[in-house]
Amino acid sequence: MSWHRKHLLDIESLTPDEIITVLDTARAFKAVGERAIKKVPALRGKTVVNLFIEPSTRTRISFELAAQRLTADVINFSAEASSLKKGETLKDTARNLEALNADIIIIRHSATGAPHFLSRFLTASVVNAGDGAHEHPTQALLDTFTIREKKGKIAGLEVTILGDVLYSRVARSNIWALLKLGARVTLCGPSTLVPRVFEQMGCRVTCDVEEAIAGADIINLLRIQHERQRKTMFPSLGEYVSLFGLNKKRFKLTKPDVLIMHPGPINRGVEIDSEIADCGRSVILDQVTNGLAVRMAALFLVSGGKGPQEVSPN
Amino acid sequence: MPESTLVLNATAVQRALTRIAHEIAERNDAGSEVAVVGIQSGGVILSERLGRLLAGIWGHAVPTGVLDVAMHRDDLDQRFTPKVYPTNVPFDVTGKTVVLVDDVLFRGRTVRAAMDALNDLGRPKRIQLAVLIDRGHRELPIKADFVGKNVPTALNENIQVQLDESKGEDSVRLEKP
Repeated sequence: MSWHRKHLLDIESLTPDEIITVLDTARAFKAVGERAIKKVPALRGKTVVNLFIEPSTRTRISFELAAQRLTADVINFSAEASSLKKGETLKDTARNLEALNADIIIIRHSATGAPHFLSRFLTASVVNAGDGAHEHPTQALLDTFTIREKKGKIAGLEVTILGDVLYSRVARSNIWALLKLGARVTLCGPSTLVPRVFEQMGCRVTCDVEEAIAGADIINLLRIQHERQRKTMFPSLGEYVSLFGLNKKRFKLTKPDVLIMHPGPINRGVEIDSEIADCGRSVILDQVTNGLAVRMAALFLVSGGKGPQEVSPN
Repeated sequence: MPESTLVLNATAVQRALTRIAHEIAERNDAGSEVAVVGIQSGGVILSERLGRLLAGIWGHAVPTGVLDVAMHRDDLDQRFTPKVYPTNVPFDVTGKTVVLVDDVLFRGRTVRAAMDALNDLGRPKRIQLAVLIDRGHRELPIKADFVGKNVPTALNENIQVQLDESKGEDSVRLEKP
């Protein structure tokens, strides 16, 4: 057990022990969500700011509810309705929020490294809720939590990430977390979206979708990130569906105990057939439930102060 | 090396627990619904043993559970984040007499947090407190109902409770710096 960090910026810099600490802590917070009283006073009197410079619904709501269940006060800040539109810099916006005595700033931004930038001058804790195509640490933590919960372990599992890896911060954070915890990771998709450079991270890269899914214990599907693609990366959506979509024919090739995961939002009929998204092997909605527990754990852990770690009984 | 004195040996720990069990049985009528809840992590083994002793006295099973209080502490920002252990109270506490169990009673902050955590699970009819050692120095108006042994201590001293069967014989030691 070790967590001495003030911020949660990425998975790349976490140790396996720190990742396990978040997952273990999240397990206790998941139990809180199953009680009649779903709230604990851990962050009583703290102020949490959701600074979302890039649109998001599920992640923002998940963080908002997580903060509320920890009894923190929450401010939601979206780019459309803010002074960023009037020319204020991110640094000034963040400093203004801190001047309101914010204790934790949760930031989503289209620019890689924006959370790291804030963490260098803010005294508040910074939590990365997605920065460009770089990282989305709480998504990787909730994905590994879900795998561990369903499979009982992570080490030794075969995980296939299928789809738009190049533009996916979910993929990058997942790759770091899974490799650190001892899983084997295969990336699959159109070669333009799954470049071989990912092999340097320690993944296997293939364009053969049948082969990639046949041996997988977990298939994590990614949405095509149209908003980040500066040019057309494959001929047509129809071609993508026929070559890489998880349809019923391909699903028959998978292991009988495979887990189907998706960070959402899902595009039914594109990366996944509607029936497969709703089948018994799909854990897509478990991911949403677990996301809340993982975000409660993350907010709780970054709120620790400095001093003796163990609460000694005496 | 810190100087260490034996406060209770294995026999004395067992005797203290047996006496506490009989005091709990005496205080609470046979008919009343008593449950035993250990505070993570020092109270867990004690609560299991007390549960078994009470079951022997009353002749029926006594519900036992474990409670983690990390989420209810008042000092989160004054120390590194504490480890969060699972809470597992597999029965409804509402209407029951819940005996909270911990190994050492010191400042009373853990017990305050435990009462809040317990109230989130339901509304017990009453809460009682059983501890193996009361070392004094309370910072809150909290008093144990059942005490194994009162041990006067200085603030810089430490009480080491060893109850894990896998690690050797039961013992309670007082460590001076």
